[in-house]
Amino acid sequence: MSDLKQELKEKIIEQLNLEDVAVEEIGDNDALFGDGLGLDSIDALELIVMLDKDYGIKLSDPKEGRKIFESVEVMANYISEHRTK
Amino acid sequence: MKKVYIQGAGSISSQKTFDNSEFLDEISVYNDTVISVVNPNYKEYIPPAAARRMAKGIKMGVVASRIAMQEANVEQVDAIITGTGMGCVVDSEKFVSAIIDNNEEFLTPTSFIQSTHNTVGGQIALGMGCKGYNFTYVHASNSFESALLDAKMQLELGEASSILVGGVDELGAHTIKIHRLIDHIKENAVTPATLLDSKSSGSVFSEGANFFVLGNALSERCYAEVVSVEMYNTLPLENLEETVEAFLKDNNLSTEEIDVVVMGNNGDVAYDNYYNHISSALFSETQHVYYKHLCGEFNTASSFGMWLGAKILKTQQIPEIVKLNETKASAIKHILLYNQYRGENHSLSLLKKC
Repeated sequence: MSDLKQELKEKIIEQLNLEDVAVEEIGDNDALFGDGLGLDSIDALELIVMLDKDYGIKLSDPKEGRKIFESVEVMANYISEHRTK
Repeated sequence: MKKVYIQGAGSISSQKTFDNSEFLDEISVYNDTVISVVNPNYKEYIPPAAARRMAKGIKMGVVASRIAMQEANVEQVDAIITGTGMGCVVDSEKFVSAIIDNNEEFLTPTSFIQSTHNTVGGQIALGMGCKGYNFTYVHASNSFESALLDAKMQLELGEASSILVGGVDELGAHTIKIHRLIDHIKENAVTPATLLDSKSSGSVFSEGANFFVLGNALSERCYAEVVSVEMYNTLPLENLEETVEAFLKDNNLSTEEIDVVVMGNNGDVAYDNYYNHISSALFSETQHVYYKHLCGEFNTASSFGMWLGAKILKTQQIPEIVKLNETKASAIKHILLYNQYRGENHSLSLLKKC
């Protein structure tokens, strides 16, 4: 699980171009949106595509993302349970 | 009609031109066929949250426009008019590559959103909260002149009093690759000193952003007056001489009254004869200046030519590195800019000392 969390943090930084953010600066339970990492709705779409492409998870309802993308911890748990690749 | 003045300028090019206190004092010498810009510290101008989705072309455009506005001492303009030949080509390449690589699946929104030609103008407007006229011209190597003409006409007719106008293009890896395939990029590396003597086809490809604040108000800060801009999509060599003469006549000038001609020679042996022709036929006694050995070739490289012409008029100095012939202008009042790319999209622009 810790490997997956590390992997997710690296992917978030790379795919969302968070140039000034280091992996160690993202806590497992830090909020990704709002006051946390400050991600926005375009980032949410990027993360939905990432789930599909890298882990085979299709979110039919984008609103599901609100809960899934709460933090790296929540994302890792969801991916572990639902991944198809 | 009201007069139009260049009130501020900002340039990001393959030279360190973003610092307006300098005028080509130090030259970045290359030995290549493709050259990139000398980057300013973009973080000084763009907040990290906004910058993270911006490709280089957008950053260049945003920062060049900020520099121009700072120099003109304005915080807002009535309109933003941009010229670009290729637009945000890096994000376009990213998006199209993703379509191919992922078999038309998993398409992400960011590169698509940022890939349109008018993204630069949009981001400049968002940065300053400008809700005025915002237009982007995409006319190959006449893109910048199209934007300039629009701005000039609006200012002359009093539809606006202050307009930000500029040209911007960025290099993209795939674009370079396909232009190499069709021999539009030189096969062998050249230096600024050897570009015009290379006797080879193609040019040195590059990128850059040059923005100007144009307005009706004349102040000590102003660079020059923009007197006239004309474009010619097709112009055979045999008609060039009479076209230039007619352009000057329309502006009540003769060839003898032009003090400096700024020419867009890019070292392409197949097309530099246009410049050579007007140099010898019309301006044999006039000082010639060139610039694409410094900034390279891109669709809006002529905006660097305008930056150079404006700087010359303001400072009344011509850096040694841009001099093309031995003739020296004593006082510089009128500057004619002539540009074309591969024999098409010719432009003549006339600048006058304020």
